[in-house]
Amino acid sequence: MAHISNDLLATDIDEYLKVHEHKTMLRFITCGSVDDGKSTLIGRMLYDSKLVFEDHLAALESDSKKVGTQGGELDFALLVDGLAAEREQGITIDVAYRFFSTERRKFIVADTPGHEQYTRNMVTGASTAELAVILIDARKGVLTQTRRHSFLVSLLGIRHVVLAVNKLDLVDYSQEVFDSVEADYRAFAKEIGLEDIVCIPMSALRGDNITEPSENTPWYTGPTLISHLESVEIADVVHAGPLRLPVQWVNRPDLDFRGFSGQIVGGVVHPGDRVRILPSGRESVVARVVTFDGDLDEAVAGQSVTLTLTDEVDVSRGDVIAAATDPPGVADQFEAHVVWMGEQEMLPGRPYLLKIGARTVGATLAQPKYKVNVNTLEHTAAKTLELNEIGVCNINLDRAVPFDAYRENRDMGGFILIDRFTNGTVAAGLLHFALRRADNVHWQAIEVDKEARSAIKGQRPALVWFTGLSGAGKSTIANIVERKLHEQGRHTYLLDGDNVRHGLNKDLGFTDADRVENIRRVAEVAKLMVDGGLIVLASFISPFRAERRMARELLGEGEFVEVFVDSSLAVAESRDRKGLYAKARRGELVHFTGIDSPYEDPEDPEIHLDASGAVSAEDAADQVIAYLRSAGIIPG
Amino acid sequence: MPSLTHLQRLEAESIQIFREAVSESEKPVMLYSVGKDSSVMLHLATKAFYPSKPPFPLLHVDTTWKFQAMYEFRDEMVADLGLDLLVYQNPECVRLGINPFDHGSAMHTDMWKTEGLKQALDLHGFDLAFGGARRDEEKSRAKERVFSIRSAQHRWDPKQQRPELWRLYNARTSPGESVRVFPLSNWTELDVWQYIHLEQIPIVPLYFAAPRPVVERDGTLIMVDDDRMPLLPGEVPDKRNVRFRTLGCYPLTGAIESEASTLTEIIQEMLLTTSSERQGRVIDHDSSGSMEKKKQEGYF
Repeated sequence: MAHISNDLLATDIDEYLKVHEHKTMLRFITCGSVDDGKSTLIGRMLYDSKLVFEDHLAALESDSKKVGTQGGELDFALLVDGLAAEREQGITIDVAYRFFSTERRKFIVADTPGHEQYTRNMVTGASTAELAVILIDARKGVLTQTRRHSFLVSLLGIRHVVLAVNKLDLVDYSQEVFDSVEADYRAFAKEIGLEDIVCIPMSALRGDNITEPSENTPWYTGPTLISHLESVEIADVVHAGPLRLPVQWVNRPDLDFRGFSGQIVGGVVHPGDRVRILPSGRESVVARVVTFDGDLDEAVAGQSVTLTLTDEVDVSRGDVIAAATDPPGVADQFEAHVVWMGEQEMLPGRPYLLKIGARTVGATLAQPKYKVNVNTLEHTAAKTLELNEIGVCNINLDRAVPFDAYRENRDMGGFILIDRFTNGTVAAGLLHFALRRADNVHWQAIEVDKEARSAIKGQRPALVWFTGLSGAGKSTIANIVERKLHEQGRHTYLLDGDNVRHGLNKDLGFTDADRVENIRRVAEVAKLMVDGGLIVLASFISPFRAERRMARELLGEGEFVEVFVDSSLAVAESRDRKGLYAKARRGELVHFTGIDSPYEDPEDPEIHLDASGAVSAEDAADQVIAYLRSAGIIPG
Repeated sequence: MPSLTHLQRLEAESIQIFREAVSESEKPVMLYSVGKDSSVMLHLATKAFYPSKPPFPLLHVDTTWKFQAMYEFRDEMVADLGLDLLVYQNPECVRLGINPFDHGSAMHTDMWKTEGLKQALDLHGFDLAFGGARRDEEKSRAKERVFSIRSAQHRWDPKQQRPELWRLYNARTSPGESVRVFPLSNWTELDVWQYIHLEQIPIVPLYFAAPRPVVERDGTLIMVDDDRMPLLPGEVPDKRNVRFRTLGCYPLTGAIESEASTLTEIIQEMLLTTSSERQGRVIDHDSSGSMEKKKQEGYF
């Protein structure tokens, strides 16, 4: 790195490596807007820690002249602005991770935008940070966004805060300004429970108090930013807490070895320790702490290990191995903070997947009790949560999970919610406490409507309408589709001539008028079933466009899926299993579609199946399934 | 209680990522490019599943233009560890004889590597692939997720990437989609070298300085690794003491003159040197932001 001037490096590389291979690590987040000089600060830290290579420096110099905002002087912000689109817009739109190191520590910086819309990104960056650097423009003091950032830092359980009072050069390095900003901030921080705060006067642009104490602030006797980051003790409550090891993978190389692999997220473990397996509650004793580098006498929070136990207890992925004397709780109903991150708003009552530790379970959320205005910290009533909104909700899981309150252990109390249809991560949450059963009588009553009925089934209701000539293969394919849906746990019903003509419609014949009435009744029945949340499969020749359109119009947008089972008359007739074509040809059947009654091809079916025999019925059914999936009717 | 060192923390995190990815996928694979980052990944994978073997095969998307020493090293490593290695060469490139001399570096890389990778993943139906990319390599990588979702066409859409919180990774995919997982996301080049040093991980000998036949073209030293390399009129390969900071196809990988023939000397040289790692790669030079474009097209 370009201008490193470390004697040790040149003279004794072995000693140098010994020092550097035994550094500790600190992960921190920087919060502030572009205007606060955040990118400049990070660029400056990279530059001052001699991590900018000369080829990067050359690019920086030329970029600074081209697009820099510092009148041709080095614009450090350009070192950290990432994606091309963002560089053009001049804003950072996502979380970026930067790396630098000093003699004492390696640092991972989560660089997150300060823009109002991006709570999502800041929460993401904060989730892995041990410390937060909150930037303030000395000229502006504590702003709404400062409060927002501080609240999120506090919510996400970051205990150490550096208040970087930046741009002090623009207020003539005034101690008075600095003192007043510090006093304002400390008063506010106390309200939200932030305690360990170090305030540093600085100018990221000029390099004051970043690595070297500045001559411009003789009145300041505290640490520089880097020296504080290098020395701050991350008093690790996780290390001190009870043992927690979420089992990620059951390790079975052969019949003689059965180990449980995972990362310790709390406490310490030794061979001989008594442990409890959650949620089952069974107890056992640790036999060995196995690693590639040999068995350990002790392993601590943060290490990835494999435990073996003295008994043959049943342990699977997602279970938590915990200290028997101080195990986590196990529950299926919680109150939690939820940070919504999906483009689509939260739907109370809808099933989501919840991942906590190595366990994924089904979850539904009640209507929020309230949402938090991140600017004013006020609580307001809410029916739902939208992108970047934070609220407090009750959550109901389909299986019990082991947990600790988030403030006690981030890894045992933090969860994500996954959308079953898009598979996207739509929310992050922090478990606070389990609800007692007695508390549940007020479980959110939601209106029982089509949405609720289908939500409980984990699907979107639809009418899948198979149309085509007699003998084209409609019912064969529809039956396979229904079987496949059923295997996936979907709720379905198949309507066809066999179960309708013998009951509901046994008074109807095959005249054009009766055909129309037949289809009308089928469509009305299907509509009721769709209202009940079912995926209805209807298999009818339904030769007339008008009737199919009528069925379509009875249903809601996106609920009618027309499947054209397309085969030529010759092929259909050659399959004549029931001998109907032969009868019609002999004149024994009248009004037979294709012979003496027309079939009107669908003009724009959602699915067009080749039923000429080139594609098997099984493959045709798979096409239908794939469509249902892509249309979001069934989960992906 | 002693704090873990930064390398211990990075190692534990990578192992956690490996275990999570394997548990949440149907058919994982590890991309193996024979370079030093691949060596570190393989070492971490071995640790993650010990005493079991890593429960996935290695996939080398080959271009036929790698250094001979890389092929030898690859085959030795795989034999020593007893792992399955799949080697894929894009058949269209084989048929057309795509090479960097006649077709240029961009087309060579796109067809052998980008297209070859997509074809290989599709052929075997892998739903998750481990790669050795690091966030410190290039600016556009700084925002890459550890678990990165790719469309059925293997495209990377920066807008569709999922937020990643704590150690909770969401590897769920819709049919056709796949996941790229980067266990070395939070490692820097220096971390990688320190770890290789500390753990004594074997790497391809090309990283160490030795006398090798090279020609100088546009200021870049290219090693004449076999007789497929067309020499310009009057060009005579010159034996110089060189080594490589990054490994790829030999005609596209610049050597540097160096006397560093041991691991510690390499690290010392790297720390005292003045240009970044990827500078040795001809493909990154095209234009600012070119890595981002390649990623969107499916380059790892």
